[in-house]
Amino acid sequence: MMVALKDLPKEEPYAPGHRLCAGCGPSISVRMALKASRGPTVVVNATGCVEVSTTIYPYTAWRIPWVHTLFENIGAVAGGLEYAYEALERRGQLKGKVDIIALGGDGGTFDIGIQALSGMLERGHDVVYICYDNEAYMNTGIQRSGATPRGAATTTSPAGKVIPGKRGKKKDLAGICAAHGISYVATASIGFFGDYIDKVRRAIEVDGPAVVHVLAPCPLGWRSNPSDTIKLAKMAVQTGLFPIYEIIDGKYKLSLKPGRLIPLEEYLKLQGRFSHLLKPEFKDELEAIKREVEDEYKRILSLAGEHVT
Amino acid sequence: MPGAYTGDEAAAYAAKQCRVDVVAAYPITPQTIIVERFSDYVADGEVDTKYLYAESEHSAMSACVGASLAGARVFTATASQGLALMHEVLYLASGLRCPIVMAVVNRALSAPINIHGDHSDMMGSRDCGWIQLYAENAQETYDLIVQAFKIAEEETVQLPVTVNLDGFTVSHATESMKVLSDEDVDKFLPPRKPIFKVDPETPITVGAMALPEYYYEVKRQQEEAIQKSKGVVKMVGDEYGKFTGRRYGFMETFGLEDADAAIMCLGSTCGTVRSVAKDLRAKGKKVGLIKLWTYRPFPTEEFLSTIKDLKALAVMDRAISFGAPYGALCSDVSSALQNTGMDIKVMNMIYGLGGRDTPPSTVREVFDEALRTAKTGRVKERIRFLDVRE
Repeated sequence: MMVALKDLPKEEPYAPGHRLCAGCGPSISVRMALKASRGPTVVVNATGCVEVSTTIYPYTAWRIPWVHTLFENIGAVAGGLEYAYEALERRGQLKGKVDIIALGGDGGTFDIGIQALSGMLERGHDVVYICYDNEAYMNTGIQRSGATPRGAATTTSPAGKVIPGKRGKKKDLAGICAAHGISYVATASIGFFGDYIDKVRRAIEVDGPAVVHVLAPCPLGWRSNPSDTIKLAKMAVQTGLFPIYEIIDGKYKLSLKPGRLIPLEEYLKLQGRFSHLLKPEFKDELEAIKREVEDEYKRILSLAGEHVT
Repeated sequence: MPGAYTGDEAAAYAAKQCRVDVVAAYPITPQTIIVERFSDYVADGEVDTKYLYAESEHSAMSACVGASLAGARVFTATASQGLALMHEVLYLASGLRCPIVMAVVNRALSAPINIHGDHSDMMGSRDCGWIQLYAENAQETYDLIVQAFKIAEEETVQLPVTVNLDGFTVSHATESMKVLSDEDVDKFLPPRKPIFKVDPETPITVGAMALPEYYYEVKRQQEEAIQKSKGVVKMVGDEYGKFTGRRYGFMETFGLEDADAAIMCLGSTCGTVRSVAKDLRAKGKKVGLIKLWTYRPFPTEEFLSTIKDLKALAVMDRAISFGAPYGALCSDVSSALQNTGMDIKVMNMIYGLGGRDTPPSTVREVFDEALRTAKTGRVKERIRFLDVRE
């Protein structure tokens, strides 16, 4: 059952007035995620676009308690908060459950923070970890991360004369998280807001750690039109590039039933970071990427028990 | 209550009696026994502490910061590489004003790898904004940890504290010592009352971005807080003294009243120095000891008034400050003396790196050299490496 727009709470724990860019996907992802919150909620935010743009002292865009410490440690900070709340509750100094949301970008999650995330999952902290994925370090000037897709041009994986953008696959974050044996992992896209908000809510309701990996396009880094953010977030799913699914107790469940896929070129051509791939000299590279996307899509489909053609 | 404890066991026992809400740690030699003993307390239900078995020291300190921000009383322990791995997070703990208490079992740093005692680890994190206390033995480890929570959590302080104990010499040696009853610790140390906390009922933003317009002011406030904490260190040390008969504060001195020459150092070596000084004084030599309990904040004025009648001071550093004019402690002493007009000859001795033994004979040599300097007014060697093969 997908949540309807009219049923969303009116409260905005994430206030307007932050300094994120026009068309910023991560900002949309935060606002939507907090629409799924159910009670007292604390956000632990890794260093990244959202952090640096929402809390420039003496201003803050957060109407709920919010903590930032470092780039790589929200898994651990959130775990510490959870244990402290438990201890304080036992001492009668705190009443009721506090929901903890750890919020990190792809750099803070796929790369530098993966150890703290892994520790948090292994210990079983009751924390919802949301990774907003814009596929590079955007606030430092568009450098590649472990979430950058093959072929994307960033300032540290430039499309040069001999190397056409980022080498190597994007990490399978959902698979890595699920391998810890936790009961809820989901991928989502801000292009399918109902599905995403539902997943965050389910993640909150799970007892123990849960991870939601949400695709959140960045117009600056993707070199796309700010008005295309949601469209691109949808197309990433519709091309098969970013399938959205849940992994509940190890079982994969596709969220969007496969139909006819949109050709990948339609998605790539709206983004400057891929423009080199559409040139004749990188035709082979584009074909290789298409094959990889298809293989990966089929792998997820098959894990979800869907028919693979 | 008397008992026999190693330094590590004393640290774990003190943390237990201080009723810590959260412990987050990762084991590392020679700190391991602290986390082992605490794990026993947890496993046996002797404490209701939430113990977060972290996957690294970086995460251990991060979890401590999170727990402390929530309002909990937090303890951890580390050593050497573990402290180095925490380095980045140490600044968060002090900058966000988290009154965490950490036992640091001082140990050498790689490379080459070495598990034995020296002060390289803590000196590497010297300027992280923590209050830093040094214990001479297991008794002081216990006493200082109990005081550390009271100092850290004092309304005007709200800063983290390390209690340093020498690897193996203190951490693994069993000593006869006195501990308080649980009731007495409760009386001395009431539950933590946080000034600010991350609490859903009063939403606050913690760890905001401060650009050039504000960052400097925040850092200045932090410096004011640690400087002002001196009053609290003294007050708590006096109070603990009234409570237990064992008074603490900035430093302990021996024989300073009429001494011509003295040795200044930190930690377990002070015991050897005191013993040698006693022997020498029995032979009529005017020597003394300055042992710092409180290394940060550095008790500059109190130190200066303590040494005012000395002619020579040998400062013993158990770490090298590579490429610097002196070791870290001696650099502090020298800068404290700056512009005071005092004519005290200061010599620096580096000693005991990587657990190299510092026997009484070595300390006697240092005293001999200091007395010679007091007499001649000439410092033969600005910096000397004791007991090292050349």
